[in-house]
Amino acid sequence: MDEEMWELRLYVAGQTVKSVTALANLKKYCEEHLKGRYRLEVVDLLLNPQLAEGDQILAIPTLVRKVPSPIRKVIGDLSNHERVLVGLDLRALDAC
Amino acid sequence: MSRSPLPRIAALSQLPKALTGIDGLDEITEGGLPQGRPTLVCGSAGCGKTLLGVEFLVRGILDYDEPGVLMTFEETAAELTANVASLGFDLVQLQTDKKLRLDHVHVDRSEIAETGEYDLEGLFIRLGYAIDTIGAKRVVLDTIESLFSGFPNEAILRSEIRRLFRWLKDKGVTTVITAERGDGTLTRQGLEEYVSDCVILLDNRVIDQITTRRLRIVKYRGSTHGTNEYPYIITEDGISVLPVTSLKLEHSVSNEIVSTGVADLDTMFMRGGLYRGSSVLVTGTAGTAKTTLGAAFALEACRRGERCLIFAFEESPAQLLRNMASVGLNLAPFVESGQLLIEASRPTISGLERHLVTVHKLIGRFKPQSVVIDPISNLVSVGSISEVSSMLTRLVDFLKVEGITALFTALIGSSHGQEMGEDGISSLVDVWIHVRDLEGIGERNRGVSILKARGMAHSNQVREFVVTAQGIRLLDVLVGPAGIITGASRLAQGMQEQAQALADQQETERRDRELERKRRVLEATIANLRTEFESVEEELRRVTSEEEERQLTLRQDRRQLGQNFSTRPAAGPNGSAE
Repeated sequence: MDEEMWELRLYVAGQTVKSVTALANLKKYCEEHLKGRYRLEVVDLLLNPQLAEGDQILAIPTLVRKVPSPIRKVIGDLSNHERVLVGLDLRALDAC
Repeated sequence: MSRSPLPRIAALSQLPKALTGIDGLDEITEGGLPQGRPTLVCGSAGCGKTLLGVEFLVRGILDYDEPGVLMTFEETAAELTANVASLGFDLVQLQTDKKLRLDHVHVDRSEIAETGEYDLEGLFIRLGYAIDTIGAKRVVLDTIESLFSGFPNEAILRSEIRRLFRWLKDKGVTTVITAERGDGTLTRQGLEEYVSDCVILLDNRVIDQITTRRLRIVKYRGSTHGTNEYPYIITEDGISVLPVTSLKLEHSVSNEIVSTGVADLDTMFMRGGLYRGSSVLVTGTAGTAKTTLGAAFALEACRRGERCLIFAFEESPAQLLRNMASVGLNLAPFVESGQLLIEASRPTISGLERHLVTVHKLIGRFKPQSVVIDPISNLVSVGSISEVSSMLTRLVDFLKVEGITALFTALIGSSHGQEMGEDGISSLVDVWIHVRDLEGIGERNRGVSILKARGMAHSNQVREFVVTAQGIRLLDVLVGPAGIITGASRLAQGMQEQAQALADQQETERRDRELERKRRVLEATIANLRTEFESVEEELRRVTSEEEERQLTLRQDRRQLGQNFSTRPAAGPNGSAE
């Protein structure tokens, strides 16, 4: 089993519907698949616009998987279950 | 159509414009790009879209103190900085000065998975942050359609790009957005051109293996603009757009007379030379010493202390110097002193526009009072007659506006030469000197004539001219029974005349001798007659004296006879005559 800590960062811009939905969805997945093995950071670009450049953020909301590498990005409100799992490579983890 | 007849319209303020600082573009757009609005620059690969964007920003910073943001979607900041460094744009320094902000937006589809609803607020925030940190007035987005390759949901993208344009307008930044040209449309997505306030189309076209770049303003909301296609080029100083038809015929003129460089030729002009600032065309067939005439003109200009620029399209500077030195035109000292500049290049090295810009730039830098272009007819190899003539129109106009006396040579051949001379530019130039071959018995000679000279009377003669080791000399006109006489015929004529003169002299001498003889004969006759007269006179005198003697004797005899009458009768033979 991979016991590595997952580092996730969610970029949002204010409390928009999409942002709120994305955060709620993300928390659900993490609790389901990564319980106790993840660290989640939410960046509000309205408050910290200078952070957008570093992770090449264009779309909002964007979820970035910093660790484990490679870096993966998932955009959208994370409402499509399948795609999120594929995008974050969570399914492979489950199979282990 | 640009002016409304209503007087109150004039009072309304014009659409505010932001000067681009790009050579010629502000002229076509009549003052620059719409201020605070987005402008689309579209074109195919290699047109210079990015360059135009970067130059817009850099000139904005340097010339108008308007900071700018450059958001690139294709090149990284480092690549871009390196690319434009060759044009003298120091992006690093500008960034350090907080005048410019480069933001490379990396879009990679493989890194992005789409899961539901999203928007591009992140891009807006980044851009907004970049604008706000340096107080940018100008923004360049290069090339925004890269987004389409990164995000699969086209519907979202299209609406977001629309929103971006709106947002940029609300921000009040003057924006240049570049876009690739689509197939049959201005852009690939067919979207940007509708949401932009101004659309500039760049076009890169290859005709006869020579590239010409052209720029056209497709639309400009709320403003008039030049509608033609304008050639532009990318030089070491950035983009240069050349308006074809905006030049006006308003240049001032000079009354000063300058020499053509050939003293004999000057005398063919009534005022003894050319007006300063006039344009002279020297046409002629191959080998008629057009270049030599040009060099003589240049040399004379240098001797007057002027600066002179020679554009040689056939010979290298060294070759030109050597060849001209061989006919006594020593240009080398003036080249060394920097008074004379010879710019040699093959016409085919670049398109016509680049030649024109080279001429413009060099003239701008060197500031000559005289320019020689040798020969303009070679440029025909680069473009069509109409293109060349349009280029030359601009060139001649430019030189006139600058008050530069210019001499062009043109080769007139059998094929396209005639049009070149007559339709091409002869109407543009002020003075047209034609040099031609006068073919006589077994030889060719050069004859020069003035076809036209605006503003002064000129000789109508065809003068023979010879190129000697001391330069060009015109010979006096010899008119023979079949037109003017040149070359060997001239010599033959001379010899003939000499022989004639000799014969005439001999004839005169012969007549003199004849006269002398006659005189002597007459004198002899006179002497004879005199002698004869003397003898007659003597004879007469003798007779007279004899007669007197006889008379005397007779009287004495009578007297004696009278005395003796009484003594004896007279019986003399003479006594009966009484």
